[in-house]
Amino acid sequence: MPFFSKSPWIIHYDGSSCNGCDIEVLACLTPVYDVERFGVINTGNPKHADILLITGSVNEQNKDVIWQIYNQMPHPKVVAAIGICATSGGIFADCYNVLGGVDKVLPVDLYVPGCAARPEAIIDGVVKALGILGEKRKKMVARAKRKKMVTRLKQMKQKGGESHVRKSALSRHDP
Amino acid sequence: MKTWMIVSAYILFAPLLGGLLAGIDRKITARMQGRFGPPVLQPFYDVLKLFEKESVAVNHVQNFYILFFLIGVIFTGCLFFSGGDLLMVIFALTLANIFLILGAYSANSPYSSIGALRELMLMMAYEPMVFLVAIGFYMVTGSFGISNLVQSNKMLLPYLPGIFAGFLYILTIKMRKSPFDLSMSHHAHQEIVKGITTEFSGSTLALIEIAHWYENLFLMGFIFLFFTWTSPWGPVVGVLACLVVYFLEILIDNSFARAKWQYVLSSSWAVAATLGFANVVILQLLQK
Repeated sequence: MPFFSKSPWIIHYDGSSCNGCDIEVLACLTPVYDVERFGVINTGNPKHADILLITGSVNEQNKDVIWQIYNQMPHPKVVAAIGICATSGGIFADCYNVLGGVDKVLPVDLYVPGCAARPEAIIDGVVKALGILGEKRKKMVARAKRKKMVTRLKQMKQKGGESHVRKSALSRHDP
Repeated sequence: MKTWMIVSAYILFAPLLGGLLAGIDRKITARMQGRFGPPVLQPFYDVLKLFEKESVAVNHVQNFYILFFLIGVIFTGCLFFSGGDLLMVIFALTLANIFLILGAYSANSPYSSIGALRELMLMMAYEPMVFLVAIGFYMVTGSFGISNLVQSNKMLLPYLPGIFAGFLYILTIKMRKSPFDLSMSHHAHQEIVKGITTEFSGSTLALIEIAHWYENLFLMGFIFLFFTWTSPWGPVVGVLACLVVYFLEILIDNSFARAKWQYVLSSSWAVAATLGFANVVILQLLQK
C-alpha cells in the first residue's frame, strides 16, 4: 500500500521569486490552511523530502543549486512549479539573466500558475502530486525488479553457458 | 519465563505505543497552536512511507551505526523492563546514543557534524542528573535493581522531590523537546537543516524514528519508578503520572523558544548541582 499519499514531505526552494508565492506556500502551513492535517511537513532537507516546490524563475545563478537539490532527493520524487514565474518565467521571461521556467532545468511534474499562486491552488497541486508520487513508486519498483533480473542474467553469463535467448533478453532489459 | 514475556512484549508493543504517543503529541501540539493537526496515526504513516523510499547513503557505515543505535535502544529498554540494574541501563543508553553520534559524524557533512557535536554537548548536560537519579533511588531503597525499585513498599517521590524535578528538567533534553531540542528537532525543520538526522534518508531515518519511540517509552518508565509502590494503586498512579508528565513536556515544548547550548549545559548542571545534590545530602542527613 502506498503511504506517500498520507505523508508527503515538502522542500521549498525560492528561485528568484518576488516572495509573493513563497509567502503563499508558507501560508499553507499556518492555522488557516494547516496542510499538516494531510501529513504535509516542510522539511528544509532534500534528503527527507518527497515533493520539491519551486517558486520564481530559474536563472544562471541558481540552476546548479536547483539541480543539486533535485539530485539529493531520494526517489520517488515530484517537482512542482509554483506560480507563473516558475511555470514559464512570467513577466521576467525576457530578462537577460533569466533562463525561464523550472522546466528549463528539471523535469517538472506539475504546474500551479498564478501571480501569486493562491494557497488553495498550491494545496490542490500538492494533492495532485500525491497521485504522481504513487505512479512513480510503482515504476520504481518495476525498475528495481528489472535491474535485479538483469544482474542475475549477467551473473549467469559470467558463469558461462549463455544461450541466445538469454542474450536477447539481456539486451532488451539493459537500461 | 515472566521476564522473557515482558521483554518480548516490550519489543513488540513499545513501537506501537510509542508511535501512538507521538501521534497524540502531534495532535495536541497542533491544537495548542490553533491548528487541526494530523491524524493520530500520522507517525506510522511517516515511518511506513520512509520504508518505501529509495535508500540514499553517503557511506554504508552510517546505516550500520543506526542499526546498532536501534538495537542498543531496544537492548536498554529490555534491560529496564526486565528489572535489570539501573546503572547498567544508563550505560547501555549512553552506548546506544554514541552509535547515533558516530553515524552522524561518519556522514561527514557540516550539518550532521554540528548536530553530532550538539548531541555530545547535550549528553554532557544530562548525564550528571541521570546518575543522581540512580544514586537517589539507591539511597532510599538500598538497591540499583529495577525489580526491587518497583516492589518498594512506599512511593519514592516524597523522598526524592529534588531529584524528580531535576529529572523532569533533563527529560526535555532526552525527549528532544523545545527549548532543548538542539541536535534534532521535530518542529524547527529549517534550523541547521535537521541536525543529526540531516544525512539520513529512507529506511535509515525510519529506524531512527522507531528508536526514538522505544526511547520515549522507557523514559516514561523512569517516571513510573518515582510514583509506583507495591499496592495495587501503585501502577495506576505511575501510569497516570507518566501521562501527566508527557502532557507537561508537550506544554513546555510549545511555550518556549529554543535555548543556546551554553544555557542548556550550564542550567542543567546547575539544576543537578542544586536540586539533585541537595536532595542527596538531605537524604544522607535524614538517614543518620
